[in-house]
Amino acid sequence: MDLLAIDLSLALEKLLLIGGIITFSLIVAMYTTYGERKVAAFMQDRIGPNRAGPFGLLQPLADGLKLFFKEEIIPTASSKLLFVLGPALAMITAMLTSAVIPWGSSINVFGRDVSLQIADVNIGILYIFGVVSLGVYGIMIGGWSSNNKFSLIAAVRGASQIISYELAMGLSLIALLMMTGSLSLRTIVEQQMTGGWGGFLGWNILYQPLGFLIFLICVFAECNRTPFDLPEAENELNFGYHQEYSSMKLGLYLFSEYVNMFISSAVMATLFFGGYDIPFVDEATLSLTIGANAVALLGFGALFAKIVFFLFLFMWVRWTIPRFRYDQLMDLGWKKLIPLALANMLITAIVILWFNK
Amino acid sequence: MGLLTNRAKVLEQKPLTFMESLYLPAILKGMAITFSHMFKKKPTISYPEEQRPFSPVFRGLHVLNRDEYGRENCTACGLCAVACPAEAITMEAAERKESEKHLYREEKYAAKYEINMLRCIFCGLCEEACPKDAIYMSETFAPSNFTRKGFIYSKDELLIPNPVDEKEKYEIAKGKREVQLKNK
Repeated sequence: MDLLAIDLSLALEKLLLIGGIITFSLIVAMYTTYGERKVAAFMQDRIGPNRAGPFGLLQPLADGLKLFFKEEIIPTASSKLLFVLGPALAMITAMLTSAVIPWGSSINVFGRDVSLQIADVNIGILYIFGVVSLGVYGIMIGGWSSNNKFSLIAAVRGASQIISYELAMGLSLIALLMMTGSLSLRTIVEQQMTGGWGGFLGWNILYQPLGFLIFLICVFAECNRTPFDLPEAENELNFGYHQEYSSMKLGLYLFSEYVNMFISSAVMATLFFGGYDIPFVDEATLSLTIGANAVALLGFGALFAKIVFFLFLFMWVRWTIPRFRYDQLMDLGWKKLIPLALANMLITAIVILWFNK
Repeated sequence: MGLLTNRAKVLEQKPLTFMESLYLPAILKGMAITFSHMFKKKPTISYPEEQRPFSPVFRGLHVLNRDEYGRENCTACGLCAVACPAEAITMEAAERKESEKHLYREEKYAAKYEINMLRCIFCGLCEEACPKDAIYMSETFAPSNFTRKGFIYSKDELLIPNPVDEKEKYEIAKGKREVQLKNK
């Protein structure tokens, strides 16, 4: 009976955490669409959406409402089950990754230490890679089941692009993993927090700048963001893999892209920018004065600030550079990034061997 | 083969150097440019709240004028219709009765006066042709409408409010145009 009671409270705690994180990432994704439009507008000397609510802040709600009320069309020639499965899969895989990201250290609620991470699995990074690879099924199934040649081409492109860039992504992370010696994201963050200057000198970006650059480029490709947005290239494929979709099914596809952006920003911040580490502040001494809970919340704030920066970077790049041609994309992935990642891995290995042994 | 013009420029197409093939410096430069644009002044005019100021010589919707006693100036001479290059103006003349002296300035007046705003090219020739200062162009433009018929403006729409009864409306309809012209 005792065992059951403990399990129940743990289950409740995790359930609340899952609900909270999913709601949070959906809201953030919602406002990323707004941010995207505002940033795009500002970079093009326009003022962007400003009609719905003050500064257009209700615009995402209006957009969502519009998508919900649109007519839902399922093409007769499509494979119905897969057609519905596509956007659901895209959204689910986008959300799944958030499970292993440490959103903060632990907070104390009613005498219980609640870790701000859904699951601290010791193969966190492998899990992320696994789920991200599943993400391609959303695009592939959606494009294929629409029974439309443009959608199919886009889906094939998307699949091959994601598979190609996953290689370089994995290779760039191997160098990082050799340094940390752990696949658990919380361990990686805690290692970074022990560096000098309140943790800042421990950030992996200082030791793996090239690895980070490769990882960043691959993340752009994985999220299908410009310059790698070939699966939805408007001018050659009309609208890409979601061309036949309408109403909220289209909304889920578009939305999953923003959730993906949010989650991959969180992964980048966690792996390379110290996660919930507040730079130039020693968390241990700070928690003595203002309490551990406040420090955990501040840490979450720090992580969120880093995520917002990366989200801005995504938009910034999107509104600056044009799309790659398909052969250039493959060229970059296979002939430049993979050798570069291999070299980075080799150099890291040599340096580790040289100085540690 | 000689050059076709003296402005022709021979472009050399060299393969990219290593730095160029990295793309990153060029991308960073581009990103700096887009970032600098974020802080530029936006040229947008938020239309219903803000309006672009009209030039003092702006030619907008036509107004049929009245004199200071509120009598219509138009005598239906038809010069504006003759001058109109788009043939947008039609009118029918009528003779003033004894009892209508307070309505029309001269013995003849326009019983019907219509301008088709879809035909009108807002050239202002009618304004120039009018010997009686009866038609001039105001500072507004024709609002949108659902039907073509809605764009045929009759005397109801064109006639300026009576300066005796509705002084304020008259001033608004008259606009700042004359003041601006005087100030020039």
